[in-house]
Amino acid sequence: MTMSEGMKMDVKSVLRKFVTENFLASSAVDAFDDTDSFLEKGIIDSTGVLELLEFIEETFSVRVEDEEVIPANLDSMNNLASFIKKKLDNAGQ
Amino acid sequence: MLVNEFLEGSAGRFPGKTALVCQGRRHTFADLENSANRFSHALTERGLGRQDRAAVFLDPSAEAIVSVFAILKAGGVFLVINPQVKAKKVEYILNDCQVKILITDSKHLQEIAGHLPGCPELRHLVLVDDKASDPGRGIPTKMATASYADIQTNYPASRPPQKCIDIDLASLIYTSGSTGTPKGVMLTHLNMVSAANSITEYLENTPEDIILNVLPLSFDYGLYQILMAFKFGGTVVQERSFLYLYEVIDQIIKEKVTGFPVVPTIVALLLKLKNLEKYDFSKLRYITNTAQALPPHYISEMRRIFPGTKIYSMYGLTECKRVSYLPPGEIDRRPASVGKAMPNSETFLVDAEGNRISKPWEIGELVIRGANVMAGYWNLPQETDKVLKPGLLPGQKVLYSGDYFKMDEEGFLYFVSRKDDLLKVAGERISPKEVENSLYDIEGVAEAAVIGVPDEITGQAIKAFIALKKGSHLTADEIIKWCSKHMESYMVPKFVEFREELPKSSHGKISKKDLA
Repeated sequence: MTMSEGMKMDVKSVLRKFVTENFLASSAVDAFDDTDSFLEKGIIDSTGVLELLEFIEETFSVRVEDEEVIPANLDSMNNLASFIKKKLDNAGQ
Repeated sequence: MLVNEFLEGSAGRFPGKTALVCQGRRHTFADLENSANRFSHALTERGLGRQDRAAVFLDPSAEAIVSVFAILKAGGVFLVINPQVKAKKVEYILNDCQVKILITDSKHLQEIAGHLPGCPELRHLVLVDDKASDPGRGIPTKMATASYADIQTNYPASRPPQKCIDIDLASLIYTSGSTGTPKGVMLTHLNMVSAANSITEYLENTPEDIILNVLPLSFDYGLYQILMAFKFGGTVVQERSFLYLYEVIDQIIKEKVTGFPVVPTIVALLLKLKNLEKYDFSKLRYITNTAQALPPHYISEMRRIFPGTKIYSMYGLTECKRVSYLPPGEIDRRPASVGKAMPNSETFLVDAEGNRISKPWEIGELVIRGANVMAGYWNLPQETDKVLKPGLLPGQKVLYSGDYFKMDEEGFLYFVSRKDDLLKVAGERISPKEVENSLYDIEGVAEAAVIGVPDEITGQAIKAFIALKKGSHLTADEIIKWCSKHMESYMVPKFVEFREELPKSSHGKISKKDLA
């Protein structure tokens, strides 16, 4: 495993923990896959997106721009993890 | 005029014009008209007669919109059931108005299939995602299923003859009542056409208007965006949700949106974006708000971010669609007012004895008179009589809104409070009784009462007070999880507080005054 793969996994488990603790408790869903759409599955609501953004910015010390608040970046565990990985890589350059 | 003539008229005048942009696809008026005609023939063949009910249980989509017009063309009465509604309540609604045909997709069918055997009147299912022949989904065998795609291939695009007159029913819209069970608001074609005429008049809509609709079609505010745009020949950009906010901003700019209907929750979220000022909103002609009042500081922020955009503060209830609007020029002077009666309708305030109030600032119940006032609640004559009461002319009924208002010296209206204890969460009317009834279904709950508490984003949030049965160790998380599985998300309590027992009045009734 390379360094970046290890980091990506870590990012994902931190995110999964947050989504599970904060959104799953108040949704009808019991479990979700890394590819499941939060919107389609009904895991997240609109205030949830704001909480998620706040969490990302604080935890990973990145700034999420308005233009980045789109499903391609946020709407599944996989999308989220690659988005944050990209942000962290860019920040490291 | 009939509601289906909105589409028919625009298909005649602007056949090649884009009527709908949805999930990346563009549909012309002619496309939608032809699809609705084909579908209506299929509905008629499947036994949907004049004034029979057919329900649409789908996320906002072109198919959902075509379905609405197809049902009307067949002479039927349409219902759009909120896709969030849970199976038990869908069963209740389907049975309450004896729905004959249900239009849905595999995803939504899966959620309710177990309850379909409890719907004896339901004869036909139409699946819009073409998986009608999949076996083993628990659909009762006496229920015939058809695929929307097959119907579109097999039926002619010719327009069927009109089957209704304008005092026939066009739609039933289910709304929460203080009794705890949903009530079907009966709307005639005339009711809906009148409301659409008045609203498009004060919004000064033209065929050049492009409306961004992020609201569901089960919400009359969302539904009317489609109906009205089809009437004036404009375009609707229909989004599934406003979850990912930048998509909304992007659509406003890319599609050159001129009209954007919102509820305060959407504004609260938009204002959280970091650089709202930098986008070019110069094409955006108006923003409308209803369902809950915009807090004054939102209005000033919106004026700063959308300097060239007219902001309409409005008020309405499902029973008459819309009541009043504040002319945009008044919003700085009277930010807390919802304005005056819309065109071709009138409003007045009455005291507890039903006498008209003429003094400014005196509080009274708002009464509405107009062709937009509903025909009544489906199969509920007593509930209907409580809100539709004798009016100015013999035999004519006026609508008692159940909302207390006051009026200033110039007749502008200000909302004061609800007469009953209904709550509003993110624009949804919620019956505390309905939530409490669900809480009592939880094993271990001895007493339950819910109240509304202020919430920055949703206006109000639900707080539940619960006393547990002896020996029960339920946690707040467990209660919220249970609710999430059994109730629509907007009805799920955000807060749960446990008490040994709940405070009671001298008659032994739970006293909510002592909980707040």
